[in-house]
Amino acid sequence: MKKFIRNQLDNLKPTFEPGGKLAMFYSVFEGMDSFLFVSNETGSETGTHIHASNDLKRAITLVIIALIPCVLFGMYNVGYHHFIAIGESAGFISSFFYGLLAVLPMLVVSYGVGLGIEFALAQWKGYKIQEGFWVSGMLIPMILPVETPLWMIGVATAFSVLICKAVFFRTGFNIWTPALITCAFLFFVYPSNAGGPLSYWDMFWGLIPGSVGETSKLCILIGAIILLATGIASWRTMVSVFAGGLLTAWIFNWINASPAMQISPLQHILLGGFAFGAVFMATDPVTSPRTRNGKYVFGFLTGLSAIVIRVLTGYPESMMFAILLMNLFTPLIDYCVVQTNVQQRLKRIKK
Amino acid sequence: MKRNIKINKGLDIHLKGSAFNLHHKVAPSLNYTVYPTDYPGLIPEVVVKDGDKIQAGTTLLYDKNAPSLKVVSPVSGTVLLVDRCEQRVLKDILIEADGKESFIDFGKKDVNELSGKTIKTTLAAAGILALFRQRPYDRIVNPEETPRDIFVSGFYSAPLHPDFDYVLKGQETDFQTGLDALAKLTDGKVYLGVRSQQQTDNIQNAEVMEFEGPHPAGNVGVQINHICPVNKGEVVWTVRPEDVLVIGRFFNKGSVDMTRLVALCGSEVNQSALGYYTLRLGQTVEPIVENSVTQNIPLRFISGNPLTGKRISASGSLRVGDPQITVIPEGDECFDFLGWARLVPAKVVDARVKGSRRAMILSEEWDKVFPMDILPDFLIRAIVANDVKKMEELGIYEVAPEDFALCEFVDTSKMELQQIVRQGLDTLYKEMI
Repeated sequence: MKKFIRNQLDNLKPTFEPGGKLAMFYSVFEGMDSFLFVSNETGSETGTHIHASNDLKRAITLVIIALIPCVLFGMYNVGYHHFIAIGESAGFISSFFYGLLAVLPMLVVSYGVGLGIEFALAQWKGYKIQEGFWVSGMLIPMILPVETPLWMIGVATAFSVLICKAVFFRTGFNIWTPALITCAFLFFVYPSNAGGPLSYWDMFWGLIPGSVGETSKLCILIGAIILLATGIASWRTMVSVFAGGLLTAWIFNWINASPAMQISPLQHILLGGFAFGAVFMATDPVTSPRTRNGKYVFGFLTGLSAIVIRVLTGYPESMMFAILLMNLFTPLIDYCVVQTNVQQRLKRIKK
Repeated sequence: MKRNIKINKGLDIHLKGSAFNLHHKVAPSLNYTVYPTDYPGLIPEVVVKDGDKIQAGTTLLYDKNAPSLKVVSPVSGTVLLVDRCEQRVLKDILIEADGKESFIDFGKKDVNELSGKTIKTTLAAAGILALFRQRPYDRIVNPEETPRDIFVSGFYSAPLHPDFDYVLKGQETDFQTGLDALAKLTDGKVYLGVRSQQQTDNIQNAEVMEFEGPHPAGNVGVQINHICPVNKGEVVWTVRPEDVLVIGRFFNKGSVDMTRLVALCGSEVNQSALGYYTLRLGQTVEPIVENSVTQNIPLRFISGNPLTGKRISASGSLRVGDPQITVIPEGDECFDFLGWARLVPAKVVDARVKGSRRAMILSEEWDKVFPMDILPDFLIRAIVANDVKKMEELGIYEVAPEDFALCEFVDTSKMELQQIVRQGLDTLYKEMI
């Protein structure tokens, strides 16, 4: 079977190569080829002769694996709340299937629109097709409420891919996290409602209304452990987001000037998309700082601004804005850290 | 007094097929090749022609920028071919040895009675100074300059590295003479980096520094960075330990003797052949690898270690600065079906890149294996952007391509970092002169 596919690909290759009939679709072919088979390209004459097996596809796959608990729980949770709303009781399986049928179209739309635009752009500009959208396509339905109309998801995804990828060319060049752009775009047409009072454990287990993937902190914790164990996400960013959030919430508690300021620090980090954002969004390596110290600063300020926005505006899904805002400061943060390194070197000369 | 320096970042890559401490004897090959590209920065002016009779130590070519800097023949015999590419750029010089071992006699000398200047001129004339490298730029040294310090890394740490203690056995006097000579070449110090288990009590005329930690602890660049970093305007020289032996032999025997004990290693070398072989610089490795490697699969022969070595053919020759010959599978017949989706990647170590080239995406990968106070991400960016000022600010003066080898190994985006750094250093050098 493998041999058969390989032979077919090898036979087709000349058609897509320059001079072939379908040369204009080379990047689609290349994308498919490298998806099915890891290239047999070997190292150059003088470079490193051995390479680690981790390529971008593997890294991105690990992020998707880390997201799976949230996705599955999200599907169950959607079904669970549906049956509560219509006043019926349903078993685990039927709840899950209801949720699956509700969430799957969201995934299909987000992947379809996003990948469609990516493929078309790659074709047009002659780039290789890249893996960046694999994660974004999964994240978009996770941070939206399940009632979001599909056409809105489609439009918002298109907007975010065009703004994040097309304007800045391709994966690795964007300044904002693409999934959050989708969410921010939708926010202005589809504001979400804050729920009633909830207990800590409800918020931790996640059987509460909310965006598809954000409710269960347990699943997010599992995802965080996968991301940290595999070294894909930075613990520096994650830990400092929570530190920033907890500290700011505690300061607001101490000021205590309005009812919103009375929300306890623990409640803050369990509420809304805070934890999900801290684990999956703030740690996006492209849009967060690349320096170690920069990550502490970025994380802390993200946590801080998320809580400030939430307390002062009363909008619980403030994490999204906090991350987008800090994305804009990423180059500045990195610049400052790099300058300290440069200054140290200059000081050494003067000695 | 020994100073102990601990390196925390880095990565020891454990590969199959380390060399055993055995000295194999194989009938030596008579074919030699001298590559001018082994001397980065050298602009060759050839002084021999096809058919010339030469001795070990006869000048083959010199550097146009510094005519006193010579590259000499490692062996006595005949120049077979001065091989040039298009546009008459020198590719290599092929030599056939006559097996007579005749050499030019430079005369035995007592290093302690010679001045630094005399040592430098004799070493340059004997083609040994060309084996030195300088930081910044990681290129051949300028014989007019006096370096701030000289650094020697007395151990290897790259994957499948040979054991320098084993290589050194019986040549301690030559090593000491080499260090004595180096000490006269600088106004500063000679630093010798060693592992703590190495016997260094009798070492004189050198500051011994102990290094602990994973690869790249044995890279001289890392050692310089931890001992006394190179600042703008300063020049230090680096000498490989096997070349210190060459210097020692030169003064003790009066002849240029480029013989070295080289480890044959790698997963595709037969168990019985793993070990050390006597080879001269430029000598072809064919007799050694001919019957001692796996047959029937494509192989990659590397002069040097799998991270920084140069690819050679099965009849290729030992290149400058390489203490080992590594043989690994090439792997280009292998198409890994959905290989990226496998949770535990296949354990075969071959020469495949194992992924597609991408933009710089994941962060901090390189920092984990780069034990210097330099930000590798940003330095690479400055080089790619050709921003000379930024490169300077971010510490390009301290690095050599080999320092980025581990980064290149772990890189998810599969960028050719060593080549990028090489280009950066060359650009900078052109800007500065």
